Amino acid sequence: MLLKLARQSLWNRRGTALMTLFSLTVSLVLLFGIDHIRKEARQSFTSTVSGTDLIVGARSGQLNLLLYSVFRIGNATANVSWDTYQRISKHPQISWTIPLSLGDSHRGYRVLGTNTDYFSHYRYANQQTLQFASGQPFSGVYDAVLGAEVASKLGYQLGDNITLAHGIGAVSFSEHKDKPFTVTGILAPTGTPLDQTVHVSLEGIEAIHIDWQQGAPMPGRRVSAEQALQLDLTPKSITAFMVGLESRMATFVVQRQINEFRGEALSAILPGVALAELWQMLRMVENLLLLITLLVLVAGLVGMMTTLLASMKERQREMAILRAVGAHPWYLFLLIQLEVLLLTLIALLLAAVTLVVALWGLQDTLASSYGLFININPFSLQSLYWAGAILLASAVLACIPAFSAYRRALNDGLTIRL
Amino acid sequence: MTGMKPVTDKPIFPAIELKNVVFYYQPAGWQMSLPELILQPGQHLFIKGASGSGKTTLLNLLAGIIAPRQGEIMLGGTPFSRLSPGKRDTLRARNIGVVFQQLNLISYLSVLDNVLLSAHFAGCNNAESRQRALLLLQRLGLGADLAEQQAAALSVGQQQRVAIARALLTKPALLIADEPTSALDADNRDSFMQVLLEQANACGTTVIFVSHDAGLRQYFALQLDMQNLAQGVQPCC
Repeated sequence: MLLKLARQSLWNRRGTALMTLFSLTVSLVLLFGIDHIRKEARQSFTSTVSGTDLIVGARSGQLNLLLYSVFRIGNATANVSWDTYQRISKHPQISWTIPLSLGDSHRGYRVLGTNTDYFSHYRYANQQTLQFASGQPFSGVYDAVLGAEVASKLGYQLGDNITLAHGIGAVSFSEHKDKPFTVTGILAPTGTPLDQTVHVSLEGIEAIHIDWQQGAPMPGRRVSAEQALQLDLTPKSITAFMVGLESRMATFVVQRQINEFRGEALSAILPGVALAELWQMLRMVENLLLLITLLVLVAGLVGMMTTLLASMKERQREMAILRAVGAHPWYLFLLIQLEVLLLTLIALLLAAVTLVVALWGLQDTLASSYGLFININPFSLQSLYWAGAILLASAVLACIPAFSAYRRALNDGLTIRL
Repeated sequence: MTGMKPVTDKPIFPAIELKNVVFYYQPAGWQMSLPELILQPGQHLFIKGASGSGKTTLLNLLAGIIAPRQGEIMLGGTPFSRLSPGKRDTLRARNIGVVFQQLNLISYLSVLDNVLLSAHFAGCNNAESRQRALLLLQRLGLGADLAEQQAAALSVGQQQRVAIARALLTKPALLIADEPTSALDADNRDSFMQVLLEQANACGTTVIFVSHDAGLRQYFALQLDMQNLAQGVQPCC
């Protein structure tokens, strides 16, 4: 009967109950949604590079090296000579390497000079390999492979010609117009900075800079695209390189050997460690987000409590009738508590359904627009803890209207005159 | 736990007995005292009194919502006023029916659920109670088709009859009626009184009826004027 009373009482006040439910559901969707996206973003962030044991660049801080080599943010302080790269590549513990050459751009998108090992060895998001949406890896000096976003945003297709620009600005006055590249491949979306990258060969990078010096064309020297093909296009230096080891057991040994390399000042970083350090720096923002959502939830719960408290006066007659037929004041206390419990449980259920549907609907948009690969199942053991804590918090807050009902039941007795 | 048994099981005791009852609200100012009031099973008492004369307080005392400051109230031989509030609530659910002036029902419950509320709190909400509730409703002129309707859909007169059914469902020793006819017209009032007393008699229930309508005195053998409580009034014949 208690459950029936609570259920039908809520239904009787369905207008205010629905509004309370709505605000509580929105708060819970925000809480669970942001918590889930936060975790997934961290997962997605740390999945940007996978299966790479070391990243090597000129001596610098590990975050700087990570940012420019993986996230294409910022610039290297110096380059790594090609000879050094070749020597380290031959280390018996090293299985593969991917050279990275940065510094140019195409309409605001970074250009990455590399070799075809990139397409066979680079892994992201839990060992996923790069897939081509269309075309194939570059084979010629002036071939280019576009990341998914570059192709979709700029409307490029296979066979289109693009020109690269010196520097990384969206608008550049130093373009390599004399040596256009042809799009030979477009990568499938990865949800990583790769989608915003134009990939060309190291020889291509060398070719466009063959008549340049100190970041500007050499006066009086012009080498055409065809002429460049006849020249030695072996790079003199690269920006950084990724390393895959024969065995992960050797990671720290090889790292130390590279860091102590006498020929050149180098830094070898463990991408996982650097990513964790970077995420640690972002934790403050993450915690702030969580705090805001918690406050939204508190506002929802307080709103529910206020609505119930406001309804107590109009429910005096109902309480008096229940008292008259033998209900103890504690019964009325429990009735209010049960109503709150029902509202919170329904809100939790609605929030869960809304969240799954929203994630399912937004999964592709989040992946393509924000690079977030979100699992549509937002629930974990921690979600259960959250749900328990929310139920407890609502029960504590419900004590205020419930105690009000209890007090009124004691004070008003049987006869409420309306 | 003799106090928990229906008092109708003990006909040798008066239905209700008040001895040297004194009640006042803190801080003490207004005071009500009732040296003695004894009602036997099946007796009907009419209480009249103006506003502020203490009718509400007396009803709350009789129903066990409040306890007297001095004296004792016995319900079917059980020292009702000395029980804990929780036990008084249970005893009230089993032995006291209450009919209010108006708005007697919980509007969002069905007619039948409203009637069954008293059985629920008396701890006997079972198939038998349900059957008896339907029977009572039928006797009160409310057919089975109305039983599942929402209480709010009924007329005031019908609602008052449902309130009688609820009050009498557990065959209580005492029925307290607080101006239940004030919202009814003359025809409905007479019909209501007839039905109330008829059903109360059928259950052997003692009735305490509060009203300021002197015209209703005719239905009652015993009468009490609240104005005289300060002097201690015996029920007269």
